[in-house]
Amino acid sequence: MSFGIRLKVAGHYACFTRPEMKVERVSYDVMTPSAARGVLEAIHWKPAIRWVIDRIHVLEPIQFRSIRRNEVGSKASARNIKTAMTRGSLEGLHQVVDEDRQQRAATVLTDVAYVIEAHFVLTAKASADDNEGKHLDIFNRRAARGQCFHQPCLGTREFAAEFELLAPDAPVPEPREKLAELGFGQPRDLGFLLWDIDHDAPGRPSRFFRARLEDGVMRVPAPDSPEVLR
Amino acid sequence: MTAIQNRYEFVYLFDVANGNPNGDPDNGNMPRLETDTQKGLITDVSLKRKVRNYVELLKGGQPPYAIYMQERSVLNNQHQKAYDALGVKSVSKKLPREEAQARELTAWMCANYFDIRAFGAVMTTEVNAGQVRGPIQMTFAQSVDPVLPQEISITRSSVTNERDADKERTMGRKYIVPYGLYRSHGFVSASLAGDATKGTGLSEEDLEIFFDALANMFDHDRSAARGEMSAQRLIVFKHAHPLGNAQAQSLFKRVSVVKRPEIKTTRSYDDYEARIDRAGLPDGVEIIERL
Repeated sequence: MSFGIRLKVAGHYACFTRPEMKVERVSYDVMTPSAARGVLEAIHWKPAIRWVIDRIHVLEPIQFRSIRRNEVGSKASARNIKTAMTRGSLEGLHQVVDEDRQQRAATVLTDVAYVIEAHFVLTAKASADDNEGKHLDIFNRRAARGQCFHQPCLGTREFAAEFELLAPDAPVPEPREKLAELGFGQPRDLGFLLWDIDHDAPGRPSRFFRARLEDGVMRVPAPDSPEVLR
Repeated sequence: MTAIQNRYEFVYLFDVANGNPNGDPDNGNMPRLETDTQKGLITDVSLKRKVRNYVELLKGGQPPYAIYMQERSVLNNQHQKAYDALGVKSVSKKLPREEAQARELTAWMCANYFDIRAFGAVMTTEVNAGQVRGPIQMTFAQSVDPVLPQEISITRSSVTNERDADKERTMGRKYIVPYGLYRSHGFVSASLAGDATKGTGLSEEDLEIFFDALANMFDHDRSAARGEMSAQRLIVFKHAHPLGNAQAQSLFKRVSVVKRPEIKTTRSYDDYEARIDRAGLPDGVEIIERL
């Protein structure tokens, strides 16, 4: 736990899609640990390390907005690409979007800001010259300078995230308003929230946990905790 | 073509006069609005559509500038004789068969299609390499000031159906924004272009075409609904380091767009003033004014 970092992320929009409502996307009330991991990995990640999210602080009131967009219904077919490759021609490979149109609404969050508290652990892929200090230095250096592997996003890529590293001795920013919906007064139950997708297990199952907001803070259980459900 | 080596951010300003820049399907095709701020909104996908259409028009849909996500209205010729079979990159034989094949398919698609190289695509292969994240990431465009859409009733002096013949004319509606200046932010992540396994190979030439598209695409997207749309400014921040030399938000803050104080109701771009703060620019960041 000594190798912890705290990163403030903010954005005008965010969409942390609930897995049960993916067609017409509906966002969770708060950032999921897996989305937070994605933000950290966008700044620094190597196969030698794995990010573990400890806490997520919610700094802004939870507000939703609906956006309906024209989307395409299907993915590119691997078989068609293969035959086109053998044939050496692109003919008929493109997708005609107005014939495969789906209008889908997304219920997204607006004006969000979070503080992600996390640490990382070394994985089995770590070699002799990988040590915690090195990766922590790289992350802190990049985050402080605004460097990133790719621009992190808040759930989906059109909602880019601003990020700012909090110095180790700096206090966590206070929420703008101490609202009951952020768990001030009494803890707020957020229901089951996606913890992360288990990419190592066959079939890549999703794992969930019972999330609660307490004084603006959501505690995230450790990977081996019994609170993480399959 | 070698992949780009620099990270970029850009601020893109464009305006609309007496037109509907992006209709909202939830609101009877009224221009998109943010309900609380009354500011106009244009989705990232709307802008990307126009970039695709422009590149299609410019390059005739020929590889390596073919467009994967096509619109029927874009005239495309299907003569792909210029296709160069040598464009396929060989992949390492050490990888597991399925993954290697997925990579090969992805690399081939990236090599041929401009929009997949730039914006990415999702392909049906099970392996991660079947999903491409493009280096270019665009956000929603928001108007600088609140916009006030107007509903305009129009008449048509003919009818569609025989049974309506006695009506002689039918009425229709269209929505327009009298004037709106929109601002959009974009990101170009060099690592998603040049990375050995994840990179799409987006090159300097491709990026040049992309910026060219932003500057010119509205000139080729005229229609009754759009009114007069034009690109006004395109300010690009180029980082010397592939991972970047400064925080994106600190660079975006350098571009301020304000209404001139004497103007009450904005009706043209001249009513605004865009300023770029160049003081104390971080080392390794260069400002390029493309427009």
